[in-house]
Amino acid sequence: MTDDRLIIAGIEFQSRLWVGTGKYKDFAETKKAIEVSGTDVVTVSVRRVNIIDKSKENLLDYIDPKKYKILPNTAGCYTAKDAIRTAMLAAEAGITKLVKLEVIGDDRTLFPDNEATLEAARVLVKEGLIVLPYTSDDPIMAKKLVDIGCPAVMPLAAPIGSGLGIRNPYNIRIIMETAKVPIIVDAGVGTASDVALAMELGCDAVLLNTAIAGAKDPIAMAEAMKYGVLGGRLAYKAGRIPKKLYATASSPLEGMIGN
Amino acid sequence: MNNMIITLNGEKKEVHDGISITGLLEFLKIQHQRVAVELNMEVVRKDKFDVTAIHEGDSLEVVSFMAGGVDRGPELTIQGSR
Repeated sequence: MTDDRLIIAGIEFQSRLWVGTGKYKDFAETKKAIEVSGTDVVTVSVRRVNIIDKSKENLLDYIDPKKYKILPNTAGCYTAKDAIRTAMLAAEAGITKLVKLEVIGDDRTLFPDNEATLEAARVLVKEGLIVLPYTSDDPIMAKKLVDIGCPAVMPLAAPIGSGLGIRNPYNIRIIMETAKVPIIVDAGVGTASDVALAMELGCDAVLLNTAIAGAKDPIAMAEAMKYGVLGGRLAYKAGRIPKKLYATASSPLEGMIGN
Repeated sequence: MNNMIITLNGEKKEVHDGISITGLLEFLKIQHQRVAVELNMEVVRKDKFDVTAIHEGDSLEVVSFMAGGVDRGPELTIQGSR
């Protein structure tokens, strides 16, 4: 696996498990979970600085941008305009040109507004950002995002935070075949087998947050996810046997007693 | 020096008239390195913080990287427990 690198827009990623930073008990737990997961990519949101209470600790005091690739997201944006503003601010903060573009279409499902996502992506690509868009598991949409210059696409497995796992593996397969860029499954995975499945399908990486942060023991789950990704990736590279309806004996029949 | 009212992160705030963005961040004791600033809906480049003056009625957003993303969980638990 030494030469199994993931490269997007010239950036080399060491880990195929990318993690979010939300919903943890505190920054210490966030830091520990991230360390144990073995990731080198963490997503962060872009929010107003607390003017009143500046004593609050900053996430970046715990997550060193020199050690981890910071992937700002536009989570919580419901319009292309807000997502563009947020992404431009993230880029100007000066740490990275990467952005995980999310334009949410509905607050109950948190499904993406694909039309607005495409509109925002078009603008941000022109502005020189490296746009990694969160999208539904729609091969046509993925292709459109690639055509306008997104160097990877991030289809959802299931609704954000749902833990339902990959609901449509066939669509994910089709996206991989048609988009021809790295595919990062984003959102909706619940446990290690879900990420292993994503990797076995041939996805390039998995981004998750709630599945670790919301687990009873987030640190242990971070480790489980690490091995889920590694196992799934190795199995994909190894090439699994085809599924068959009937048995195939493992032991030779020659030399059996009584013949 | 006269004071003026601006809108800062959605709240009214009284500051010195004509203060620069750098001056404002210093006044607020906010580290420059990790923030980005939008003045009247336009992103201001960091190298322009010193020379960009703020005027009466201006609207500013000062943002930084924070934990997470969306903080709503699912309402329906299908499998597993908390």
